[in-house]
Formats: sequence, C-alpha cells, structure tokens
Amino acid sequence: MARLLEMRGISKVFPGVRALDHVDLTVEAGEIHAICGENGAGKSTLMKVLSGVYPHGSYEGEILYDGATLANRGIRDSEEKGIIIIHQELALVPLLSIAENLFLGNEVAKNGIINWPSAFQQTEALLKKVGLSEPPTTQVGKLGVGKQQLIEIAKALAKDVRLLILDEPTAALQENDSQKLLDLMLELKAQGVTQIIISHKLNEIGRVADRITILRDGATVSTLDKADISEERIIRDMVGRDMAHRYPERDSNPGEVLMEVSGWNVWHPEQQGRQMIRDAGFTVRKGEIVGIAGLMGAGRTELAMSIFGHAYGRDISGTVKMGGKVVDTSSVTRAIAAGLAYVTEDRKQLGLVLDEPIVKNITLANLAGVATRGVLSRGREQQVAEEYRRAMSIRTPSVFQKVVNLSGGNQQKVVLSKWLFADPQVLILDEPTRGIDVGAKFEIYTIMNELAAQGRGVVMISSEMPELLGMCDRIYVMNEGRIAGELSKAEASQERIMSLILKNDGKARVA
Amino acid sequence: MADQAAGTGGKGIGAHLGGHLRENGMILALVAIVIFFTVVVRVQLGVDFLSAQNITNLFLQNSYVIIMALGMLLVIVAGHIDLSIGSVVGFTGAVAAVLTVNMGWPVYAVIPACLLVGLCIGAAQGYWVAYWRIPSFIVTLAGMLVFRGLTLWLLAGQNVGPFPKSFQSLSTGFIPDAFGVGKPNMTALALVALAAVAILWMGLRARARDQQFGITPEPVAVFAIRNFVVAAALLFVGYKLATFRGLPNVVVVLSVLTVLYAFFTENTTTGRRIYALGGNEKAARLSGINTERLTFFAFCNMGVLASLAGMIVAARLNSSTPKAGVGFELDVIAAVFIGGASMTGGSGKIIGVVVGALIMGVMNNGMSILGIGIDYQQVIKGLVLLAAVIFDVYNKNK
Repeated sequence: MARLLEMRGISKVFPGVRALDHVDLTVEAGEIHAICGENGAGKSTLMKVLSGVYPHGSYEGEILYDGATLANRGIRDSEEKGIIIIHQELALVPLLSIAENLFLGNEVAKNGIINWPSAFQQTEALLKKVGLSEPPTTQVGKLGVGKQQLIEIAKALAKDVRLLILDEPTAALQENDSQKLLDLMLELKAQGVTQIIISHKLNEIGRVADRITILRDGATVSTLDKADISEERIIRDMVGRDMAHRYPERDSNPGEVLMEVSGWNVWHPEQQGRQMIRDAGFTVRKGEIVGIAGLMGAGRTELAMSIFGHAYGRDISGTVKMGGKVVDTSSVTRAIAAGLAYVTEDRKQLGLVLDEPIVKNITLANLAGVATRGVLSRGREQQVAEEYRRAMSIRTPSVFQKVVNLSGGNQQKVVLSKWLFADPQVLILDEPTRGIDVGAKFEIYTIMNELAAQGRGVVMISSEMPELLGMCDRIYVMNEGRIAGELSKAEASQERIMSLILKNDGKARVA
Repeated sequence: MADQAAGTGGKGIGAHLGGHLRENGMILALVAIVIFFTVVVRVQLGVDFLSAQNITNLFLQNSYVIIMALGMLLVIVAGHIDLSIGSVVGFTGAVAAVLTVNMGWPVYAVIPACLLVGLCIGAAQGYWVAYWRIPSFIVTLAGMLVFRGLTLWLLAGQNVGPFPKSFQSLSTGFIPDAFGVGKPNMTALALVALAAVAILWMGLRARARDQQFGITPEPVAVFAIRNFVVAAALLFVGYKLATFRGLPNVVVVLSVLTVLYAFFTENTTTGRRIYALGGNEKAARLSGINTERLTFFAFCNMGVLASLAGMIVAARLNSSTPKAGVGFELDVIAAVFIGGASMTGGSGKIIGVVVGALIMGVMNNGMSILGIGIDYQQVIKGLVLLAAVIFDVYNKNK
C-alpha cells in the first residue's frame, strides 16, 4: 500500500501548555486509521494541524502528503488537496437546505450565479452515495443528528475528498445511526477514500479500523495493526503514565451523608426525546471529596447543572436530599439556599462577569451578605474581597482589578471565592483545574482539601484521571448519562475507570 | 500595603486621569462645549448664551430627555433597548389631556393615573422581553407603532388643551420663594448652596472611607479640581436661575431623580444585579440572580419615567398633540451612549448619562440660537454621537 500521509515530529505549543510533543502518524492510502487517547491527549490538536486550522509555521515538524510537503495556510488549502475534516460539532447551517449546505463556499455557480438545476442534480447523486433519499430542498435543521452527520459526509464527498477525518462521529448518535455511519465508512473505503476516525468506542474501532494510533499527553504511544488490537492493550497504552502531578496530603475522614441524589432523569432542552441523564444517583458525605469521571459528553456537566437550579435540560425528575431532607433545587436561588454551589467548567462564559472587578464578582452570589436592607456597604464588600484575596492568595495588585486581566488560575480562585462567600454545604466543582498551570492546580487542590476539612462535601468532575485518583475518596464513573460504576479509593485505578467507561459503551443500551 | 501605596503614588496625576478619562473627559467636554457657544454667541450675536433665561430654557427643554435617559440607562445596562418611549410620551400626554381637559379630573389624580398607565405599558413590553425572550428591539418597535396609533385614536387626531394652571406647573412652575418675593430668589440660592455643600461633603466622606479601607484615593489635585468645577458650575447656574424666576419645578424633580438613580445603581443590591445581568447574563443566572425579573423591572421603570416625561412635555406645550414625543427615543438613546454606556450592556453611569443628555441639550440650544439649520444640526449631532462612541471603543482597545 502506498503511503498517503506522514506526519513527522509534530509539536504544537500553546501559552503554558505543550499540546503536542513530537507526534508521529502515518496513514496508508485506502485504510481506515483510528486515533485513540484520553481527553486532552492531543487528538483534536493533531487533526487541526493536519487540516490547516493551525497553519504551516505555527507548529514544528513536517507533514508529507502524497509524497510532497504539506504547507497549509488555512483550511481552504487542505480542502483543495482533498483533506476534509468533520468536526464533532457539525458545521451545518440549520436554516439552509441540504443542497445549499452541501455546496456552501463551493457553490455550483458561474460568475457568482448559482445553477440550481445542476446543484440539485448533484445533490441527489451525493445523497444517494451516503444512503439518503431526502429531497435536496429539505431544511437541514429538520433532520435528525444521524442524518446531519451523513450530510456532512456528503458535503465532504462534494469536495472530492481523498482523506476524510471524522472526529468522534458517533458521539451524538443512536445505536442504529452509528451502525449506518460505520457501514458507510466501509463503503467509502471500498471506493478508495482514506479515512481517519477519532473515537473512544472500542467496538466501533474494532469493526472499521485497519490500524490504530494511541496518543497520550501529546505524544504517540504506539501504532497497532488490526491483529494486535485488544481492549487491554489499548487501555494500557491510553492511561499508562505515572502520577505526573503531586497532590497535597489529606487526612480523609468522611462523616454522615450530606447530600443524596436519586432517580435523576434529564432530557435534552431542545432535541425531542433525547435523554441526557438516566436514573443517576450519588451521595456525598461530610468532609468527603467525591469524583465524577467520564469522557466528554458522558453527561457529567449536564448532571451537575440540572441539579443546580435546573440550569440545564427539561422534564427533570428525581430527588435531592440534603442532610436527609428533600430539598427544592428547581431554581438557582433555591439551590443556593439549600446549601449547594456549582463552580462551572466554563468560567469565562458562565462563571465570571469579566469586565467587572474582582470585588464585585466575589460578592455576586451573596450580595445580601454585604448589604443592609438592599443597600450595599462598599466597605464591607471590600473587606470580604480582601479576606478572600488573602485566603485564596489571589495574585493581583488590587481587588478592583477587572477579572478579565487575571490568569486562569487566579480567575478560578475568584470563582471559588464567590461560592465560598455564599457558604455552601456541598460544592460541585466542574473541571476545576482546566486551563490552569501546574502550580495553580496545586493551590486549587489545597483549597479543596481545606473545604473538606471544614466538613463540607466536595464533588469534583474531572476528565483528568490522575487528578481524580489523587484527590478523591470515592469516584463515580459516568457513561452515556448513567452512573456506570462506583469505585472506592482503594479500588480505583485508571485501568478500572477506563474499562468502566469503554466496556459499557453501546452494550448497555442493547441489554 | 506600604509598597502598594508607594506603587500608586508613583503613578501620578496623569496616569489617574488616563484611567478615568471617560468620566472626567465627559465633564470637560460639556464645559468646553458651553464655553464654545458662549464665545461664539457673544461674538456673532452679541448676546449672553449663559443668560438666566437661556439657562432656564435649557433645563425646561431638556428635562424630559434626562428623565428618560435615567430609565434608559437601566434598560441598556441590562442589555436591551426601548424604542417605544417617544410614543409612550405621546400616549401618556394624551391620557393626561383626556382625563384633565375632557373629564375634568384634578391634577393630583391625573398624575398617579398617568404614572400607572406608564407602569402598565412598561410591564406589558417587559413581559415579552423578559419571560418570552423576544428581542427588545422588536417588542418596543411594535410598542412604538401601537402607542403612536393609540395616541392618534385617543386624541382623534386633534390637539387637546389647554391644561389648567396646576397641571402646567409640572413643567413651567417654579419653586416659590420662601423668603418673600425678590431677586435674587433666596430659596433657590439656599437650595443650590446646600446641594453644593452636600456634594462636597459626600465626596470627602467617600475619600475618608476609601482611605479607611485602604483603597487608594484619587490624587488630591484631581479631587479638588473636579469638585471645584462642579460646585462652581452649580452655584453659577443656581445664581443665574435665582436672578430670573427661581428654581423650576422640573429641575427639582430632575435633581432628586438623578440622585436617587445614582444611589440605586451604585449602592443597592438590585442595582448591582442589573449590571451583572448585562455584563454576563448566564453567569448572573448561575449566581442565583433572577435575571428575568430584573429585565421586567427595568422595562416597568422605563415606562413610569416615560409617562412622567410625557406629562412634562404636555404641560410645557400646554396641550397634547398626536405628534408629541416623535423621535424622542433617539435623543434619549444617543444621550445614554454619549454618556458612556456600552451597547452590549453591563456598563454606564448615571452621572455620565446626565452629562451626555446635557451635551446634546446644550448643542441643540446653542445651534438653534446661532440659527444653524435643522439639516446641519442633525449632521453635527450624529457625528458627535459617533465620535463619543469611537472614543470609548478606542480607549477600551488601547
């Protein structure tokens, strides 16, 4: 087989993070090549380098494509060469028709005037190739996610694709839609289209992939041939690293049950009939740090936000008990009153008012705490801010600094301060160390330990398994909206967590 | 703490002025515009731009803009817009005319009734914006058409008037002189002097409090100059008003409202929450803030202030006309943006808005006195608005 693509020694550095470190990847012409790795292993970054999202010169290393050096200035360059990427979030315009979407930016036109008869004709031919029979004038937004995914592939075919990259194509799909998509991949392979698939689902990889490359911490670990692919081997290669970071010591001494969630069901806020959380339940004890593991899209954030004031989803059912009593958490105000706090994973969009100073952000969730009958005391407010600045060691020249000017770690401390000032019994921390440097991570861990020592309950949602293993007394593993398992500190290991995530995939639904 | 003080001490007055360019710059711009017109009017026409009568006129002509700008600031800070207020002005004026002239209601009943009408209008629009998430631009554009139409219907296309003296005094009345009739009007002078002292005292108190909590205060020179300018302007205007007919009722209403809204926006939890809502609605909601209710409140408040403005306009014209208030929304919105509010919500100050409205008012008045055609006036006002916002954006990006 001829070699279609060779990426050699690719390195990509973001401020403070080395996302890719001398990654090698070779793809033979006509094969389906799978790429596996944990969240943050560098899969998507690698694909962005390949597809020109990060142009030539912004990374180190060399890409050989079809025997020549590839120097993309942008996505258009790579698309011209037949390299087409389908992102996890579909890039379709929901209000336009199928035909309009298929040829978006690539219209069937002469001198800027679209030849609709020809466009419709070509659309029908392309739809046939991907096994769809919808009229070309159908609005894309009216199709299901599965069909939209197929439209994306048809769109790639319209551009004479030679190397098709699919980034977790089945993550949002139902079982039979997934099967259809995998069938289509095999059909395209028979027609000579080389494909790269990023996936976590081992049964899918086993079905379609000819070879598999495993990434970990931004580096290539191994490339396996079909014959060598086994679940154990993949899991070991995906997680096989030492505890890279250190975690502060803590005497764990959990007390009585503080919070108990049971029978929690949540439906997607927009898509009809899509259940995001299925019969989930968990408990948090006093002074305990509980972890929630799972891959992106497993429903961890949805679980947390639906509990916290029903801030996500609809048709929510289930009970939340605090200290044995059922509490109402149906609005954020009520959830706060019940003793909950939720530190969002997206602190810039959901956690902070970026253009406001630190002091105003810290008091936002508990303005009553610095006011008398609705009138604010600026002095008290400032005292509070100074206290947290000291306690959290927020590094800033003044508490009147706008939070937009702070580093990620210091912003996170401001969000934590905000919630601590509201004095919750249970804090749910969603990816509390995402995007912050190692030193600040340690500080956040220390703060978490202090919170537990004060007798609060801490729930930590994280995609970094070492962090969960290093910090938590117990770990719940989530998968496809369910709690797939619970591991005590003694039982928990990266392998156990990964296998709970992977083995459950797809199978539980059939059962 | 010590090195912090040393650090900011080294920053100096220039750096401080740069940091507060917006607030101080607005006041300077207003002063510059007033001086410009004083000189040009003197040279060209040989009359006094700052005559007692013209100053009185300035306030009477622009009171409604300032009053509505106070409410519009809240709406814009919350991240919305209200285009209907011109029509609401016309409509509440019409309601006042029908109640007073046609039905003979007394003033003390008409005023609360009209304010209630304004509240209902604000609530009706705010409901769709807040709870149904219909863009405020659409809802209030609809409101603009609906209430203009209702104004025409209510007045049957006619002017209705005149109003009784008691109603007219809403706009054209003056605070009577408690010390007997005379010039200058001593009541006016005393009130204005009191206001100047109060401003100075509050400034000093704020400084003392800042120092107590370790906030670095602004340099003494800046504080002194700013307060001197403000107090001098206040006393000068007060003296001029006193030598004419005294303090207009409208100026008193205006001042009280300005102080109330400044306090509300800066010192109350509700005020703070509106800024948070405009700054980042999702973060505000996840912090337990009832963002819908606040949006609803902002529109209700706007409705009430628009109805107050509507009555003042009707009282000033001494009749309600179907055309009253046409285009007012644009003056008000322009004043708010000149005053430094952000289009995306979350920022803007009451004092800035008042100064912004005064800048527009002084320019209107000055250009009219100079006999500049309405055509050029529009062009100049448009350019001033654009320049003020460009200045803001430029400063922010720098």
